[in-house]
Amino acid sequence: MAEIRNYTINFGPQHPSAHGVLRLVLELDGEVVVRADPHIGLLHRGTEKLAETRTWVQSVPYMDRLDYVSMMCNEHAYCMAIERLLGLEVPIRAQYIRVMFDEITRILNHLLGIGTHALDIGAMTMVLYTFREREDLMDAYEAVSGARMHAAYYRPGGVYRDLPDRMPQYAVNKFKNANTVRELNENRQGSLLDFLEDFTQRFGGYCDDYETLLTDNRIWKQRTVGIGVVTPEQAKAWGFTGPMLRGSGVAWDLRKKQPYEVYDRVDFDIPIGKNGDCYDRYLCRMEEMRQSNRIVKQCIDWLRKNPGPVIADNYKVAPPPRERMKGNMEELIHHFKLFTEGMHVPSGEVYAAIEHPKGEFGVYAVSDGANKPYRLKLRAPGFAHLAAMDEIARGHMIADVVAIIGTMDVVFGEIDR
Amino acid sequence: MEALLEPVVQLFGPAWPAVWTLTKIVAIIAPLMLCVAYLTLAERKVIGYMQVRIGPNRVGPKGLLQPIADGMKLLFKEIIVPSGASKGLFILGPILAIAPSLAAWAVVPFGDGMVLADVNAGLLFLLAITSVEVYGVIIAGWASNSKYPFLGSMRAAAQMVSYEVAMGFALICVLLISASLNLTDIVRSQGQGQFHDMGLSFLSWNWIPLFPMFIVFLISGIAETNRAPFDVVEGESEVVAGHMVEYSGMAFALFFLAEYANMILVSILTSVLFVGGWLSPVSFLPDGFFWLALKTAFFLFVFLWARATFPRFRYDHIMRLGWKVFIPITLVWVIVVAVWMMSPLSIWK
Repeated sequence: MAEIRNYTINFGPQHPSAHGVLRLVLELDGEVVVRADPHIGLLHRGTEKLAETRTWVQSVPYMDRLDYVSMMCNEHAYCMAIERLLGLEVPIRAQYIRVMFDEITRILNHLLGIGTHALDIGAMTMVLYTFREREDLMDAYEAVSGARMHAAYYRPGGVYRDLPDRMPQYAVNKFKNANTVRELNENRQGSLLDFLEDFTQRFGGYCDDYETLLTDNRIWKQRTVGIGVVTPEQAKAWGFTGPMLRGSGVAWDLRKKQPYEVYDRVDFDIPIGKNGDCYDRYLCRMEEMRQSNRIVKQCIDWLRKNPGPVIADNYKVAPPPRERMKGNMEELIHHFKLFTEGMHVPSGEVYAAIEHPKGEFGVYAVSDGANKPYRLKLRAPGFAHLAAMDEIARGHMIADVVAIIGTMDVVFGEIDR
Repeated sequence: MEALLEPVVQLFGPAWPAVWTLTKIVAIIAPLMLCVAYLTLAERKVIGYMQVRIGPNRVGPKGLLQPIADGMKLLFKEIIVPSGASKGLFILGPILAIAPSLAAWAVVPFGDGMVLADVNAGLLFLLAITSVEVYGVIIAGWASNSKYPFLGSMRAAAQMVSYEVAMGFALICVLLISASLNLTDIVRSQGQGQFHDMGLSFLSWNWIPLFPMFIVFLISGIAETNRAPFDVVEGESEVVAGHMVEYSGMAFALFFLAEYANMILVSILTSVLFVGGWLSPVSFLPDGFFWLALKTAFFLFVFLWARATFPRFRYDHIMRLGWKVFIPITLVWVIVVAVWMMSPLSIWK
């Protein structure tokens, strides 16, 4: 009798739902997955090694390119690590700006995560709706840093500059007539904070829209309830963080447990799931977006009332203001040294972690006192999640593997680094 | 008309019946292909507007030439036959997919008497012809000698066969109350009854007494044509494009044409069998092809609407829905209708 062998397929890297360059070798028994073997490294760019040959500040833009859907959060962890090594105090206004943009980033990330999760499961309208909202948030990124994705806005000691008083406007062109442009510019008349406030007011309604499309949809529930179940014990053992951990009912959030910046001054709740399946994680992300919206609102209120510096005034670390530099020898030298040699960070090692939209994103840096890191290690939450692929996907069907990839919200920038 | 055709008939002599039939075939296929082409545009536009975007608007005025551009692109593309493929079967696959979906149109009535083949076993012919379609998909998946197509065609085999059963039972109900397998007669039988005499013909159509069957038929139709949310056969995020993975150029286009021709076929059949075909909904308006087109367009819209709204079913859920829900419902309803017809409460006497 002929030997019966399982069917092995190569899922990706060229696959519509591989979320970039995931290569997954699936061993199938019919449609049922016997073994899922994720292969990583196709997007490896050697960020950690590159950082060793660049000054501390020069690596900030590399952080954007790690998890390229939650750019500023990556920067945040990196800047925090440097600040801890330096023992540097960040001005309170900069802390609020950072918290606000971290939460904007969380919304950005979850919008993409939920949108593509739904797209993987076949509800393609979701992704277009969520991208509509992402567009507004990207505009906020652009207003503040000039770049829509790779912002490089956070700096050791604060943020690059204060929030702008006006938003970029659309202009009339071949495809957009005056009326369209007026409509598009309607909420861009005021400052960035006005624009964001308008967004936070609309955003709740958008979340309700998404929920009408998915939350009670029977097909959506059939596809996600009971799929990819992770028990709290497993989640802890596998090093899960973020919604993957909270979806299993573990109330762990660095923003609450180890508050950094001003998270202890803002009011928010952390949602947790119950069953640890894809559906609970989806609900968690949905609620996290609403909570982030709440935080952004509070930050806007605070930022309106409290002007102040947004970057530390230690000119050994942060560049001096340009006007002062023009007339002052001391500050000209500081400027020159900062932009040629860069800052020197006292020797030592540090681990700084933040509650990244995907989980705990940590930066472990070792400094030998030079102007660049001796060693940099990044803890990417997605790496631990993807590593559990085999355990989670085993016994499920191919269609569920797709749902699981979606629920892990994998982004290869951070996993392959 | 007759007098006008006389010289042409003389010209062809004994070959005339064949020529005349071919003419009629062209008269059906050509507009059908045009409809298929523009259905693709309609789909992209309708779904586009549902998804807060515009859809194609660059080729021609308002994007109206987009399907032509797509067609030209596919025509000029090379048909690549993978070296591991079984060449004969690989070519046969798309042909077997498109042929039945065109052949089925032979018995579809477009108006009273406007039908290519007015056969008495029209419904049976339709069932038989549409069953052949699954072979195109299976052969394509098998002949590609590739893993994703194979997986897709396995799914296709199971899905299309299961839903055919439910569809068949739904049709039995229709033919029970119409007492005919002829599609023209089925439409005519809907144009009579109590409500029709009151001027509200749309209440006498089959969709009211056979409402569960109407829904089952429509959903099975969506499943039968492998459209979302039942598109596991070509489910992009799972098996990439299923049986079509290895196809390119016109070979791929044939599958595409077949799929859209089937969508139109299912829509027009739903209109004919359940909502009175070319009959007007109220008696003060004249009957005509216009109504059939309108009803068909509505069902096509439902197809697109469903695609923009629902997530995709999982393969085993589809099987469960087919075998454990639809088939029992249809079986019960066949009996209900049969008993109803024999009882004094029958409305079809």
